[in-house]
Amino acid sequence: MTRADRIAALKAAAKERILILDGSWGVMIQKEKLSEEDYRGALFRDHNHPQKGNNDLLCLTRPDIIGKLHDAYYAAGADISETNTFSSTAIGMADYGMEAAVRDLNLQGARIARASADAWTAKEPHKPRFVAGSIGPLNRTLSISPDVNDPGARAVTFDQVYDSYREQALALHDGGVDLFLVETVFDTLNCKAAIKAILDLEDDGLEPLPIWISGTITDRSGRTLSGQTAEAFWNSVRHAKPFAVGFNCALGAELMRPHIADIARIADTLVAAYPNAGLPNAFGEYDEEPHETGHMLHEWAEAGLVNILGGCCGTTPDHIRHVAEAVAGVTPRQIPERPKAMRLSGLEPFELA
Amino acid sequence: MRPVFVNIGERTNVTGSAKFKKLVVEGDYAAALSVARQQVEAGAQVIDINMDEGLLDSKQAMVTFLNLIASEPDIARVPIMIDSSKWEVIEAGLKCVQGKAIVNSISLKEGEEKFLQQARLCQRYGAAVVVMAFDEIGQADTADRKVEICERAYNTLVDKVGFAPEDIIFDPNIFAVATGIEEHDNYAVDFIEATRRIKQLLPYARVSGGVSNVSFSFRGNEPVRRAIHSVFLYHAINAGMDMGIVNAGDLPVYDDIDAELREAVEDVILNRKPKGGGSQTERLVDLAPKYKGEKGAEKVVDLAWRNAPVAERLSYALVHGNTEFIIADTEEARLQAERPLHVIEGPLMSGMNVVGDLFGAGKMFLPQVVKSARVMKQAVAYLMPFMEAEKEGKPREAAGKILMATVKGDVHDIGKNIVGVVLQCNNYEVIDLGVMVPADRILDEAEKHKVDVVGLSGLITPSLDEMVFVAAEMERRGFDIPLLIGGATTSRTHTAVKIEPAYHRGSTTYVLDASRAVGVVSNLLSPTEREKTVAATRAEYIRVREQFARGQEVKARTSLADARARRFAIDWPAYAAPKPTFIGTRTFAPYDLKDLVKYIDWSPFFASWELIGRYPQILEDDVVGEAARSLYADAREMLDKIVAENWFEARGVVGLWPANAEGDDVVVYADENRDREIGRLHTLRQQMAKTEGKANLALADFVAPVGAGADYVGGFAVTAGHGEDEIVARFKAAGDDYSAIMASALADRLAEAFAEALHHKVRTELWGYAPDEGFDAEALIGEKYQGIRPAPGYPAQPDHTEKDTLFRLLDAEAETGITLTESFAMSPGAAVSGLYFGHPQAHYFGVGKIDRDQVEDYARRKGWEVAKAERWLSPILNYDPNAPRREAAA
Repeated sequence: MTRADRIAALKAAAKERILILDGSWGVMIQKEKLSEEDYRGALFRDHNHPQKGNNDLLCLTRPDIIGKLHDAYYAAGADISETNTFSSTAIGMADYGMEAAVRDLNLQGARIARASADAWTAKEPHKPRFVAGSIGPLNRTLSISPDVNDPGARAVTFDQVYDSYREQALALHDGGVDLFLVETVFDTLNCKAAIKAILDLEDDGLEPLPIWISGTITDRSGRTLSGQTAEAFWNSVRHAKPFAVGFNCALGAELMRPHIADIARIADTLVAAYPNAGLPNAFGEYDEEPHETGHMLHEWAEAGLVNILGGCCGTTPDHIRHVAEAVAGVTPRQIPERPKAMRLSGLEPFELA
Repeated sequence: MRPVFVNIGERTNVTGSAKFKKLVVEGDYAAALSVARQQVEAGAQVIDINMDEGLLDSKQAMVTFLNLIASEPDIARVPIMIDSSKWEVIEAGLKCVQGKAIVNSISLKEGEEKFLQQARLCQRYGAAVVVMAFDEIGQADTADRKVEICERAYNTLVDKVGFAPEDIIFDPNIFAVATGIEEHDNYAVDFIEATRRIKQLLPYARVSGGVSNVSFSFRGNEPVRRAIHSVFLYHAINAGMDMGIVNAGDLPVYDDIDAELREAVEDVILNRKPKGGGSQTERLVDLAPKYKGEKGAEKVVDLAWRNAPVAERLSYALVHGNTEFIIADTEEARLQAERPLHVIEGPLMSGMNVVGDLFGAGKMFLPQVVKSARVMKQAVAYLMPFMEAEKEGKPREAAGKILMATVKGDVHDIGKNIVGVVLQCNNYEVIDLGVMVPADRILDEAEKHKVDVVGLSGLITPSLDEMVFVAAEMERRGFDIPLLIGGATTSRTHTAVKIEPAYHRGSTTYVLDASRAVGVVSNLLSPTEREKTVAATRAEYIRVREQFARGQEVKARTSLADARARRFAIDWPAYAAPKPTFIGTRTFAPYDLKDLVKYIDWSPFFASWELIGRYPQILEDDVVGEAARSLYADAREMLDKIVAENWFEARGVVGLWPANAEGDDVVVYADENRDREIGRLHTLRQQMAKTEGKANLALADFVAPVGAGADYVGGFAVTAGHGEDEIVARFKAAGDDYSAIMASALADRLAEAFAEALHHKVRTELWGYAPDEGFDAEALIGEKYQGIRPAPGYPAQPDHTEKDTLFRLLDAEAETGITLTESFAMSPGAAVSGLYFGHPQAHYFGVGKIDRDQVEDYARRKGWEVAKAERWLSPILNYDPNAPRREAAA
């Protein structure tokens, strides 16, 4: 299949059923109990920064583990698996002194996922598997000052964020992903820089890929960290004409539901959700059992809220298996028709009907 | 259908507002922000920002102002209109807004290519656009030209770049009328007519305009200008104008304009010949001076609630925490009531019930409830003398009597006070014994007052043992009333594992926070619910104990010898420890409170009021934002007074000494000769099983060992609590628990800020190992700097008794007036002490559970019996010293 065929297949599949995304990577990599040496591999044995915890680096140093995790999630029933490139940007890698490796991280991250997906598709042609290029948030944010006494200060500029995302998106594209997943967006302005970087790739003659945008409602306030409501967030990113929009991380299914219901009502595109396995306990671990996640997300599906489901922090292939089984055969959400209207946003939505 | 009109705030435009221009040019962005805020408050649904001024770096000013707005949720909630004639300013602005903005403006002025290029960029940034009726030939003045240009622009945008038509806004140019030049007379009509045709011709497109231009010739006469705007808008809106840049909140209603003026203005706007002949412009010019002096209506505080019957007024005052009329209203209610007690039992209690219901429903928050309590207390205090005068009057019936105390050795009581107020609000009688209360006194008082419940509070870990002791004493003395446990250091697990088993006769319940207190108490005192509640709690705690025991089994520990072998290795030969600027101690007393304010970390302040969220985001929170803003405003107001009137005295001492590690201890020397030991800091080592390459840390690892070169260690003790008790007592005496709790909470924040400020001073000056570190409060709060300041009793050194050594080295009691209780709590409570480690690799960690081998070793080093060490270290023991008798140690 060419990439155009795969994208067509993805869009067709989304019309027929609820698609399944994979689950957490962090918790699975943690289970490998890797040492500093594992992270470094032969390639970075003499690198001058500690690399333990730099999970994205494993695309280069332990591709076997990354491939195995893609396989585990596809085997659990995932239609889409994310590349292990959540932090593979120059800004994200600066903490590890790995800026120079960014292109390779994304290329290899995409290729490992591609190989796994293609193998599964060959094995099960009735259920093609897809690769989403993971584009995570940055540890530097454009809407919030790093200095409470100087609220106008910014730790980074739009152009730096743009350049950082552009490098990542280009490499993911070259590596063969089927779509981009701009995820865990807690500052919409960073996300807007990512969107522009992706859209601008067209000017270089690159084939446009579907974009999936996943924001993060950080707490019960129902807002992103940068202060926007769900609808304001949608108004801010709708110009990307995303293939899907939704939320992930920070909240478990129980607390995320109202925000997904919100966006399901207003977004004239697919709605996607991949909550955490509940809220972390006192030890920072997630206790929600796979069948509990499956049960809650099944209710969302029955209520017609979603088109794509998966898991974020604390979820495992077992969670994904339960979710996939729970929603199999449930009709996906119908995309609502919305009247044309000028829809703007600050922290809150604005509509001139 | 009544047309909807969008007000776009115009006062944040340097070309339109001289005041705003002056503020920006002078760099007074704080005042400039308040202009923006005033616009939004006055009803602007979008704010227009324009920095096109020759004296300004427009691009920089745009970026600065938009970034500042992003931190002001009251302003940032609305969309921004980025207004400039320079594309580079617009693009810089687009890079600063997370919302979907409006670009004002683009046009065909410089040709189609540039127009399309800018439109494409607007699509990629995600913005709507204002398109000016301007083309290569010039700005359109007649209706025909306006429509022609707009139609061409629309087709170009929609067909050539796929621009969403609903994101296009046309500005068909509003020009000044009544200028005395005849060609200008029809300008308003041209705009109105063009608007009507554009709306018919171009689907989904919108029409906007800068309204104040139209009245430009009447500048200086604001009443007439406002009338012109109002009349112009009336007609333009009816023709389909959707939005306009206006001074929001400053427009008279069309129907309210004086008839004579309105007619004259209407003639001008609609270019009609006046009935009396002559020029319509001249007539308005003649009329204008008559209206010049008119002033807008004065704003009045809404006192409509004062018209309600007295019971409703009392209820209103309680819900809104308003004490302004409470005495007069209480008196009025008293005169109407048969007995003064009936005022309390009637309108006041029913008002408090409303408060209780709203709190229970999550519609009111703790700070507001505490404010309500203040109103209640003032009303009750007023009624007291009348009730006492009534000889036959029986005291009012409380729902129950609760005794509360902070246990012996502990001085922290903010949480306990809040719980007390909340209980009082719910008609419980609260007997508060204060802080540092020994067990026998708690129980004597409980017997004397025949209380229904005992509540214990504590913040530091030794208080946990004291609570177990109180529970055991209750058992021994034959109590069977419920025991409640609360406070920062307490937990459900500790209550279940340690406290509850010590008190069999009565029930023991852990109360997570003040909002749960009422529910717990009312269930425990309810004849119908009590048994069920107690049984459920018991069953729950058995489960917790089982879980805890299971958790204990799997916690494999490393032997102390192995853990030491895996110490945190620092390359000492490669490290030259920076030498402090002095050796010994230095006292800062008093320290100027003013200098501490910027170091305050506000998030814990909100947490102490059970408003959970990060500052400053919490101020804009959908649910608690309003409560948080009001609390914060009150806090800042009190803080100003604290600083201005020196309510508290801040005193601190810093010590810096030569030191070297010896095993897990740090030897502190008198001077650089390093031959006279003046103290020995004992540290504890992690014993959890660690993966390869991970160290088992002890604080001693961060100091160069003996023989590995010179190194140093520091210590500090600070307080901002001198004077707190007096202030708190004063507020309490006045029945103002809200201010009392506020004062305590602020004293705590100032003490923490003081610790932060001194640490900053130590890093940059006194020890001076990071002289170039800037001031960045968020980085400080996030502890993103070199070096740490762990406190005894906290995770990196859980032994509170180490404060003894620290205080002796610092002579802290004499220098700062802080004393240590028998549990090594600091008094005043608003105090912080700790050690300084300066090595770049020094970092915070938790010691975790330790095993018997280390406890024995530690006891030997401290010169203690093992049993004593086990007592002080009981929260971190990995074994149960009394194993045979405890079920938890299975």
